[in-house]
Amino acid sequence: MLLLKRRIKRLILSMSVSPLLYLIAFGYAMGKSVRFGGHTYLEFLIPGLVAMSSMTQSFAIATDINVARFYWHIFEEFQAAPIGNVAYVAGEVLAGMSRALISVTVILTLGMLFGVRLHCLNPLFWLAVALNSFVFASLAVALAMLVKSHADQSLLTSFVITPMAFLGGTFFPVDRLPHWAGQIIWILPLTHASKAIRQAAFGNLPGLSPYLFVGLTGIIFFTMALKCVDQARD
Amino acid sequence: MIRVEGLKKTYRHVHALDEVSFCVKPGELFAYLGPNGAGKTTTIRILTGLTRLSGGNAWLNGFHIERDSLRAKRQFGLVMQSINLDQELTLLENMDIHGRLYGMKKALRRIRIRELLGYVDLMSRKDTIVKRLSGGMKRRLMVARALMHSPKILFLDEPTVGLDPGIRRRIWGLIKQIQHSGTTIFLTTHYIEEAEFLADRVAFIDKGKIAALDTPAAFMARTGKWAIDLMQDGQMKSVYFKDRKEADTFVANHRGSYTLRRVNLEDAFLSLTGKKVKN
Repeated sequence: MLLLKRRIKRLILSMSVSPLLYLIAFGYAMGKSVRFGGHTYLEFLIPGLVAMSSMTQSFAIATDINVARFYWHIFEEFQAAPIGNVAYVAGEVLAGMSRALISVTVILTLGMLFGVRLHCLNPLFWLAVALNSFVFASLAVALAMLVKSHADQSLLTSFVITPMAFLGGTFFPVDRLPHWAGQIIWILPLTHASKAIRQAAFGNLPGLSPYLFVGLTGIIFFTMALKCVDQARD
Repeated sequence: MIRVEGLKKTYRHVHALDEVSFCVKPGELFAYLGPNGAGKTTTIRILTGLTRLSGGNAWLNGFHIERDSLRAKRQFGLVMQSINLDQELTLLENMDIHGRLYGMKKALRRIRIRELLGYVDLMSRKDTIVKRLSGGMKRRLMVARALMHSPKILFLDEPTVGLDPGIRRRIWGLIKQIQHSGTTIFLTTHYIEEAEFLADRVAFIDKGKIAALDTPAAFMARTGKWAIDLMQDGQMKSVYFKDRKEADTFVANHRGSYTLRRVNLEDAFLSLTGKKVKN
């Protein structure tokens, strides 16, 4: 939290760059000619960006953990302290979720500047954002414990997070994909999260299943993170 | 008190530690001396919960390191070989986070930070970002941080490695002061003079086994009082003598260059294991 406070200005600035580029490139380029389910492409895009950004920003704590483990050796300070693995994992996950929530606020603010009004006070919208960031922050902790170097971490981001960011229903509706591709994409937690976030942002009732799917995935990843932190002792 | 019985650590098929046993008495300064890769850091890592043991048992003030790990962890402070401070935070913030990890109340944290930063002579730098400190200052801060929760045991893993002689001596003074306050100290080092100056007892570790354990004085008495270093068949050799007279007699009959000096712990290690501590 201390570091977050210290870095907040540059963090917000860096969190604004990609969404701003997406909004300009896709929003203006597509214009109002493209509509999905009665919404402009910008209205469709912003909830997708929220889902994507809550995923990438919460997953970004893996880099912080890596730096703490491999370069600064601060992880050992936590390992030697009288705190359980649950406390450590929960702390890191909450740090990831905090980053995600800040980035979502940045996107919503940018969206407003672009004249897009969404139901962002809807608690179901924030619940979906929180669950999505919980999933990817937990996954980040687990994977950060498994990798042996910072380079491995970059590979994971390239092979797991980047494809998911583009295919998980963020930039286009999943039902427009071929059936076989849709089946694969439906396994991704981001697909369910973006569906719930988009529905809630449009003021609709998202249904229980995406929340259950994302929540359960989060619990699995959190348990995995606990196990990986324990194994990191070797 | 630290009690270790038959400690083992195996990495795949390599025995990093093999049936290591020793006991460190309360208030004692115990040095663990050996060459790089002998098993010094592995022992500290196991005792502090950073690495899982493969066999054996260990207790810190009566608390088993695996079965009662959280209570065992409350007993010690740890200064690692590598600098493990948060470089982007200030001295005060680093100390404060450590206090929070040990569940210390805010008022107590404030008092301890002031006390300890004063103790290691860093109070005037309390608001400095750690990355702006010198190596010696960082080491002193790590010692202060390790003492934050008033531990009964202090583990020091090569605390003066990479420091210049002046700063090293300053840290030695600090370690002695800590011991005088009643703290049990477990120190690993490969600096002979460090163990000689600081330790009440020394354990020589080599290839994961304790080769010998005794006081520095007893080790040196066993080896002899005087040593002569000379070249023989193109190799440096040391010969040990019980007294100066014996050494002088040897010198009188020796042709070629030599160095006459007092025996040190390095000689004791050499005569026990056939190798030098610094390799």
